[in-house]
Amino acid sequence: MLKSIKATVAGAALVAGLGTVASADMSGTLRIMSDMSNPGPRAVMEGLAADFGAMHPDLTIELDIIDREAWKSQIRNALSANPPDVVNWYAANRMGPYVDSGLFMDISDWWAAGDYAGLDSVKGAMTIDGKQWGVPYTYYQWGIYYREDIFKELGLTEPATFDEEIANCQVIIDSGRKCYTIGSRYLWTAGGWFDYMNMRTNGFDHHMALARGELSWTEDAGVRETFANWRKLIDMGAYVEDHQTMNWQDAMPAMINGEATAYLMGNFVVDQLRNGGLTDDQLDFYQFPLIGDYPQGEDAPTDTFHVASGAPNPDAARAFLKFVASADVQTAINGPEGLGQLPVNANSAVADDEFIQQGFAMLSGNAQGGVAQFFDRDFPAEMASAGMEGLQEFMVFPDNLDDILDRLEFTRSRVYQ
Amino acid sequence: MTTASADGGWLARNRMTITPILFLLPGLLFFSVYVVFPIFQSFYISTFEWNGLGELEEQGRYVGLQNYHELFYYDRNFEISLWNNVRWLVLYLLAIPAGLFIALFLNQTIVGIRVYKSLFFFPFVISQVVVGLVFGWFYLPNDGLFDVLVGWFGIDIKGGVIGNPNTATYGIIVAGLWPQTAYCMILYLTGLNAVDPEQIEAGRLDGAKGWRMLWHVILPQLRPATFIAFVVTIIGALRSFDLISIMTNGGPFGSTRVLSFYMFEKALSEYGFRMGYGSAIAVVLFLIMLIFIGYFLWQMYQDEKALRR
Repeated sequence: MLKSIKATVAGAALVAGLGTVASADMSGTLRIMSDMSNPGPRAVMEGLAADFGAMHPDLTIELDIIDREAWKSQIRNALSANPPDVVNWYAANRMGPYVDSGLFMDISDWWAAGDYAGLDSVKGAMTIDGKQWGVPYTYYQWGIYYREDIFKELGLTEPATFDEEIANCQVIIDSGRKCYTIGSRYLWTAGGWFDYMNMRTNGFDHHMALARGELSWTEDAGVRETFANWRKLIDMGAYVEDHQTMNWQDAMPAMINGEATAYLMGNFVVDQLRNGGLTDDQLDFYQFPLIGDYPQGEDAPTDTFHVASGAPNPDAARAFLKFVASADVQTAINGPEGLGQLPVNANSAVADDEFIQQGFAMLSGNAQGGVAQFFDRDFPAEMASAGMEGLQEFMVFPDNLDDILDRLEFTRSRVYQ
Repeated sequence: MTTASADGGWLARNRMTITPILFLLPGLLFFSVYVVFPIFQSFYISTFEWNGLGELEEQGRYVGLQNYHELFYYDRNFEISLWNNVRWLVLYLLAIPAGLFIALFLNQTIVGIRVYKSLFFFPFVISQVVVGLVFGWFYLPNDGLFDVLVGWFGIDIKGGVIGNPNTATYGIIVAGLWPQTAYCMILYLTGLNAVDPEQIEAGRLDGAKGWRMLWHVILPQLRPATFIAFVVTIIGALRSFDLISIMTNGGPFGSTRVLSFYMFEKALSEYGFRMGYGSAIAVVLFLIMLIFIGYFLWQMYQDEKALRR
């Protein structure tokens, strides 16, 4: 797998390298700290570093790959003392603390100089205070992954509206199954459900205003409506039980065994479900159904590269970011042999995979509302953490809603000052 | 001639004073740099609103005692964590009597007693992470052994023991008691070796047996062991971080947090960017520990005084 990526990337690199970057004058050391620690992404990252190194023989590349979960708390230390040149992180508000503290380098000039042709659609997610702070390298869609075979068996079709969704769900429950599997132990999965319930009930703009702290959790009627809609599913027993004790992987067997028929998740779940034994005949995808009359907003989390503000070798970092974002490299690393996700560059080719193609079509044609990152990337860190805890509690004890909203409102009054 | 006795001069004359100071110096140095100084630093940082990135002087905002104000008047999670700490402190002490009785039970000479002792000591040897995982499986809803067992009596805990906010903390404490009991047991087993057989003989002649023998003859002699068991159990209860992190990650909905876990979450975790607030929690935790530290120190001082007499 690694070899084939290397080959494609090297080919692409040759073209890109000759055309744009004066590669001869690059020297010194480029230090990269990456969180791409899962086997597939790791091979991609190592391939990227190797190919970039081959383009610049005088440049030494030091690549450190840190466990993805550990990196979430280690990044602050890594950036503070003896920072590397390039680091991995996430888009949107998740960048906030590092931008505010001046740990990420402002790379607006590189964007303005045209380094990242074809990335206009994702520029917004990299912008804080009107400046750009990094470059994305991959993103993926969220949506409802479901058991096509069980739907067929029960005579169901992909629902387009929430009423159809509920009608479907009732049939599924009557057949002795659960409609959705979820593992909310680490909270964020509940955030995904809220994102969609709120974006569909009140529209994308309302959701973003809530994320920016402009709307009250307790006063706003729309928020109440969202929870009321969500509660319909909870009360009818749509979700697997005891989900607060499971992480998202623990929740998968329910779907693989056919005890639950669908999973609201990011596209990375496909690989895991396939490994679990489901074939593409048993598995399909649909966009989260409509609730209110709003153009659909979608979650499409974007993963990114950033330059540390204390980077010793910004020139090499600039060349590397440009290399990563270029159309051919994007095609190669997001292909089925690589990350199996969506390329950020509009000039790249999208992999020939049922789910990636559907996701691409959905995001480019059917997300007029707008593209959000994800609950914990759009809301500021503290709001996200308190919020997701409340959402999990709501899913288990929906009667506590008033109390939960009071707490969230208090957090809001503190966080957005 | 008179000066000859002062051979080696000042250094030799003051040897008795200087030597202990020299020996203490490295310890004192490290203790002050890594323990005492950070304590004061925590006090200082707790008066700031600071995200822990960049320089405190540049990016921190002085807020006085506002963090403490929020902690005590507005933060329900803090209240929950504090009460959980109290639960840990009280219930964890059960490890001491439990350890004592296992030790008494094992303190006999039969064939293979060493094997039995090792088996009882085993939970203390394995890592807390493993203990957490094992108990996590034990408590699994529906399939877990515990759920099956209580199911026979018609008890059904919604969400399983550690998925239900009312039972989760107790579930974790029981998991923690398993290795802690083994620890107390080993302390008492060593203590029992030092029990004076003549005193037992004398007690027996005076007609003491059973509980009276235990309470009036054995236990007083085990007092040093009890003290150490008390110290390690209190310390164990206050650093219950790893079990919580493994078994529930503070959940469900924050119901199993203790102060140390809450501090980590607020200051250092994935979504934690409130260094000042986290420090305020750390200070409160320190003050709680100070009560026990003070008691331990006072107790040891009393013991030493008694010895010198």
